[in-house]
Amino acid sequence: MRDAPRRHPLLPNLDEALVAKMLEKAGAESIDELFSDIPQDVRLGRKLRLPEGASEYEVRREVQARLAQNRTPPGTLCFLGGGVWPHYVPAAVESITSRQEFYTAYTPYQAEISQGMLQSLFEYQSLMCDLLGMEACNSSLYDWASAAGEAVRMAGRVTGRKRVLLAGSSGLQRRSVIRTYTEPMGLKLETVAFDRTRGTLDLDDLEQKLGEDVACLYVENPNYFGVIEDGIAELVAKARSAGALSIVGVDPISLSLVKEPGAYGADIVVGEGQPLGIAMNYGGPHLGIFAVRDIKLARSMPGRLIGLTTSASDPTRKAFAMVLQAREQHIRREAATSNVCTNQSLMALAAASYLSLLGKEGFRSLGETVISNSHYAAKRLSQIRGVTSPHFRGAYFKEFVVSYKKAKAEAVFRRLARKGVLAGYPVAKSFGLGSEAGTFCVTEVHSRDDIERLGAALEEAL
Amino acid sequence: MKRFTQAAWDEPLINELSRPGRVGNLVPTDRQIKSRFKDPASLVPPSLRRDSVNLPELSELQVLRHFNRLSQMNFSVELGMYPLGSCTMKYNPKVSEMIAGSDGMKHAHPLQPAETAQGLLSIFYELERYLSEITGMSRFSLSTAAGAQGELAGVLMIRKYLMDHGGAGRDEILVPDSAHGTNPASAAMAGFKVVKVPSDEDGQVRAKSVAELCSEKTAGMMFTVPNTLGLFEGEVAEVSSAVHRAGGLMYYDGANMNALLGRARPGDMGFDVVHLNLHKTFATPHGGGGPGAGPVGVTRKLAEYLPVPVVSKGKTGYSLDYDLKHSIGPLKGFVGNSAVLLRAYIYIRLLGASGLADVSSLAVLAANYLWKSLDPDAFPASHGKGMRRKHEAVVSVKSELPGAAMSVAKAVLDYGMHAPTVYFPLIVHEALMIEPTESEPLEMLDEYAAALNEIYGKLKDGNLGEVPRNTSVGKVDEVKASHPMTLRVHW
Repeated sequence: MRDAPRRHPLLPNLDEALVAKMLEKAGAESIDELFSDIPQDVRLGRKLRLPEGASEYEVRREVQARLAQNRTPPGTLCFLGGGVWPHYVPAAVESITSRQEFYTAYTPYQAEISQGMLQSLFEYQSLMCDLLGMEACNSSLYDWASAAGEAVRMAGRVTGRKRVLLAGSSGLQRRSVIRTYTEPMGLKLETVAFDRTRGTLDLDDLEQKLGEDVACLYVENPNYFGVIEDGIAELVAKARSAGALSIVGVDPISLSLVKEPGAYGADIVVGEGQPLGIAMNYGGPHLGIFAVRDIKLARSMPGRLIGLTTSASDPTRKAFAMVLQAREQHIRREAATSNVCTNQSLMALAAASYLSLLGKEGFRSLGETVISNSHYAAKRLSQIRGVTSPHFRGAYFKEFVVSYKKAKAEAVFRRLARKGVLAGYPVAKSFGLGSEAGTFCVTEVHSRDDIERLGAALEEAL
Repeated sequence: MKRFTQAAWDEPLINELSRPGRVGNLVPTDRQIKSRFKDPASLVPPSLRRDSVNLPELSELQVLRHFNRLSQMNFSVELGMYPLGSCTMKYNPKVSEMIAGSDGMKHAHPLQPAETAQGLLSIFYELERYLSEITGMSRFSLSTAAGAQGELAGVLMIRKYLMDHGGAGRDEILVPDSAHGTNPASAAMAGFKVVKVPSDEDGQVRAKSVAELCSEKTAGMMFTVPNTLGLFEGEVAEVSSAVHRAGGLMYYDGANMNALLGRARPGDMGFDVVHLNLHKTFATPHGGGGPGAGPVGVTRKLAEYLPVPVVSKGKTGYSLDYDLKHSIGPLKGFVGNSAVLLRAYIYIRLLGASGLADVSSLAVLAANYLWKSLDPDAFPASHGKGMRRKHEAVVSVKSELPGAAMSVAKAVLDYGMHAPTVYFPLIVHEALMIEPTESEPLEMLDEYAAALNEIYGKLKDGNLGEVPRNTSVGKVDEVKASHPMTLRVHW
């Protein structure tokens, strides 16, 4: 075979003649000469030990075959939750986020040529403010956990206080992330107990722990157990009377039927935007929700904010621009509210289009289907011997805990997976439930047959 | 010059398009289940029941039209040249999007047992090995969601490592004056004081000035190589030695790794910690400002300090390891931005060892070519006049007029091309920072240089007029955006 000239679809100037022409203008004899400023002793001097490149077809065939080894829907049923939930992503959402005009752009630094993304992000902010009952929402952080970490940092900065109260009913991984984020600030994290019967936070314990040195209370609603914190208005009021900020973590889908955090006095709302039209993606990219009660707090928040304005030459023409940039790292450097730079714009676009598609009635009917399906499933599982379903007496939305009289939660989880049902993620021992238990998440994607399959699989797995 | 006019839909806000009685997607409901729960809302405790949510009501087509129109008012890599310096706006292969749309990616849940996610975990394991080889590090954690988060992880590791090794009093991080704003911001988040290192007239950080700033307070240094001026830091090895001698650790900001693929590795320059921006160097779409991925890698002695989880390979296959002895902890809820990691893996496989070296060669060639195509009197280099550029070139706009760089940037938009990064690095007067990347064909580089030269001529003659004119809106009133500030609508 002939020794073909080197060509690559990603490298338009690879051809020798083009290289020669460019080198001439650049004033260099060879490409190596362009790198001659790298001292000899730090040059690699050999090829990288990596496989050689392959054609698109070969790579696609191999990688897709490997991905097909993963057991996922549609072949496998997924009833896992915990901060990433199986929900349907409408085709129109995928169509919008697949527009190259959106996904191959970057942060709208030049506002005039980036109005499309700016308006979409502004609409995201506005839709989310309505959903959350807040006055300002940034155009996204990385995910729920990191948003919670940023929120607790912000509360420490705003109040100048050092103690932080974390709901014992909140997710452990999110609490770990809060710890990583806040450790350098010297904040002292304490856990507020929860009621072992109802699964809701213990108001008395909160009262005991509150004091004038508490920066904030972090509480989730619904909480990690899926239980709706029906006393949350009192919790928030108690925190406020002690001068602490309330940070509420939410699953936005629950807000179809459950009151918005703004209605019960939350100062900062964080949460996971993934169920708003974003695939589970094995953990990311997702969407960190971050919103605050008023403009004053907005001045201390991290992340990009988009404001409504007009064109300078034509005041009748609406336009959008990034605002409050003086909070951000590219201007304020070490005095910035956060180091966050790139965020999750494309995910915010997904959420904006998702909320627009479902709309007022669709979103409500989604909530109704989810809460009905989860209650139907909890009831179905309660018919199995040796199972308490739901484990807690508190009201719940789409997730619930199931406890087992005899079986080990870890073993049940793995046996279910072998039967093609991903469900029953074990509740960590550190929650102190006193019994073996797993969590189950049921949404609109689960049919009655799916729930029956789950019930049958759990019966066999015990 | 070619003519360009961006679409200019006078598109209302989505809520203004709403009309009661419409819906854009139907939610499944099961009749039998529904018959059991006549009033599902009553399952919510009365005190927390919500009556309604104020969301717009539109049909599917209306929603699509709205966002499709908005998309036409958004410039992107696939429409034209987008040489934002430091952002590496290269082309993102389509096949990555196709593969990332597979069920095995989209529908994988991060908590599913490892034995049911071996396909993805094996890919992540290989990616982790590839990144270690590319940078000369011992091990990577793929969990960090963006460059800034990788930076935070990096300085947190430095902090924890020093605390465990008698360096608890070390509270200063050295950061060059040419560094990205994220560097000082990340250092401050990790509780460090920032000590600014001056660059010299060649835009170089000298080992001597670093040594003078080092003390028993020094925890380490964050260093970008090549730096934000697009220049290789010739004394990087000596700088590393100076910081190490003082007892500090070296952090490599991988924002500009596109210049060095297969040529040089941070590990060989003396760095202890590295973060990479996969969305830049490894061609994952920038999403209009995210998502990205910012994996962080370390040398052997810091391997146990990585943020969890890391991907491990054992007798029973691949798994996620949350049990690193000295880990700084997790920074994200789950594994990482997995679908971004997958795209980076695909990019590496498409190019391979030789192809990646070609990438850096051609990216550097493009930057030098474009730089030399600019009128040197109009766009003089601020630093390192006789030196080679790496992946990008930074020039000043020579003008007495305030805001000259911004005027040039706005004028470029009218040619259907994106502006360079402006007013950065901060040490350059009226800065334009131009990073063409290896993706741009030669003809496009010529067009871009011609446009800049032409614009400068008009600027000098006072003929530029009001710019931009051809974008979907004219110059945006940024003052009005803040006074009064409208961050949402009430309707």
